[in-house]
Amino acid sequence: MTSELQRERLAYKRSRSRRSTLVALLSTAVFAVAVGVTVARAPGWPRVRQSFFNVEIAWRSLPSILEGLWLNLRVLAVCGVLILVLALVVAAMRTLRGPVWFPLRALATVYVDLFRGLPLIILLYLVGFGLPALRLTGVPNDFVVLGGAALVLAYTAYVAEVFRAGIESVHPSQVAAARSLGLGPGKTLRLVVLPQAVRRVMPALLNDFVALQKDCGLISVLGAVDAVRAAQIEQARAFNFTPYVVAGLLFVLLAAPTARFADALGRRLERRQGGR
Amino acid sequence: MTEPVLSVRGVVKRYGDHVVLDGVSLDVHEHEVVTVIGSSGSGKSTLLRCVNLLEELDDGQVLLDGLDVSDPRVDADVARRGMGIVFQAFNLFPHMSVLDNVTLAPRVVHGVPRDEAERNALDLLERVGLGDRARSYPERLSGGQQQRVAIARALAYSPRLLLLDEITSALDPELVGEVLALVRELAVSGRTILMATHEMGFARQVADRVVFLDGGRLVESGPPEQVLGEPVHPRTRQFLRRIIEAGRL
Repeated sequence: MTSELQRERLAYKRSRSRRSTLVALLSTAVFAVAVGVTVARAPGWPRVRQSFFNVEIAWRSLPSILEGLWLNLRVLAVCGVLILVLALVVAAMRTLRGPVWFPLRALATVYVDLFRGLPLIILLYLVGFGLPALRLTGVPNDFVVLGGAALVLAYTAYVAEVFRAGIESVHPSQVAAARSLGLGPGKTLRLVVLPQAVRRVMPALLNDFVALQKDCGLISVLGAVDAVRAAQIEQARAFNFTPYVVAGLLFVLLAAPTARFADALGRRLERRQGGR
Repeated sequence: MTEPVLSVRGVVKRYGDHVVLDGVSLDVHEHEVVTVIGSSGSGKSTLLRCVNLLEELDDGQVLLDGLDVSDPRVDADVARRGMGIVFQAFNLFPHMSVLDNVTLAPRVVHGVPRDEAERNALDLLERVGLGDRARSYPERLSGGQQQRVAIARALAYSPRLLLLDEITSALDPELVGEVLALVRELAVSGRTILMATHEMGFARQVADRVVFLDGGRLVESGPPEQVLGEPVHPRTRQFLRRIIEAGRL
């Protein structure tokens, strides 16, 4: 049974919150109308609408852009998995201790330094145009495969560093506890360190995943007909920039679920482990 | 007398120029409870970590059932199967449920099938009074409960020797009792225990032998009533006087 005092306080809080909702709605409406009127009355607006937001052209270009996006999604799926696996291997190599592992450790360090520093566009040209020019047997000459390979090379270096940060953030006492139970170094890494490390770096990983979603569009510079290339073709045909806007918006839509997924994942972990 | 379960012989451990253990020798026999006392920095924890091979020795030997496990040719992972250690800060695995924490070593190291490991773990958790918390995650438990899980985890593969490293030091005063009660039970049931502690009253009641460590040297060793009651060495007397003044004995 709540007291008279508490009931009165709750009523006051409710009335305050109703009032703030009303104020928020009102100010948003005023702001939206002001922006809308300003834009619509600006002298260049009809031309902007004509060449950037042309509904007819958007509709006409959509099928080929969607077809291109399907290619981006397939590249994303394959590259994403490859990057995760390879980055874990590189990160594990960099955390190896002991003189025997020096060559592997050095190799991983050099790899990360090199491919993190190299501009992605140069890497794409080198892998996409340079490798086939060598005319070696066994080198694929499919631009999608080559572009994907360049993305994997670059992103593995980034993601390996994210994993390494996670691995090193796990307190040494966790390793001591695992070793004291008789677990060897490999099982300690796999069962105790990595699960905690991956959870901690999940937001950073998803951030890199969003970046990869967009950068999958870079395979278009090699000539692969993906969403970006399809938009470019449509743009040239209509001499109108709307197809770029369409392709851009589709990439944005692709990124949104990843962000929501990251939030949901964080909340789930918090609930289960009781937060810190 | 039979061979001791644990025999520490002339163990030296240095961190740079700082000598933490300066030739410590100590035997622990089967069913014996030995407590190590001494001020902070006297080397108690380092001694236990050396025994568990978590630290590399700079000299001396650690023998477990007569086998020199400090020999670099001995696989430390195998040697550790004979020992269980409980840490001051619990060190439970936060991403695993209580049950998974306890069954990890039996399943992964000792090859016990999951259902059998879980049956044993539930028995063990029942014994430490946490049978109903098996599915919880460690961070949902109080410090005393976490430490009892850590003890169950160390017991899950029936080690010959149990090492307890100041296991009540990180606990709120009202939670110390529940953990000490559990250790007392283990002592009575005949476990072989080497325990570093600040709980002098507990050492007096439960220990078969108390050793006093000072500046990395084992200064005095004997039955609790002697070491804590009529210490011979002036350093021991000084240490105990300070403890008594702090109201801890």
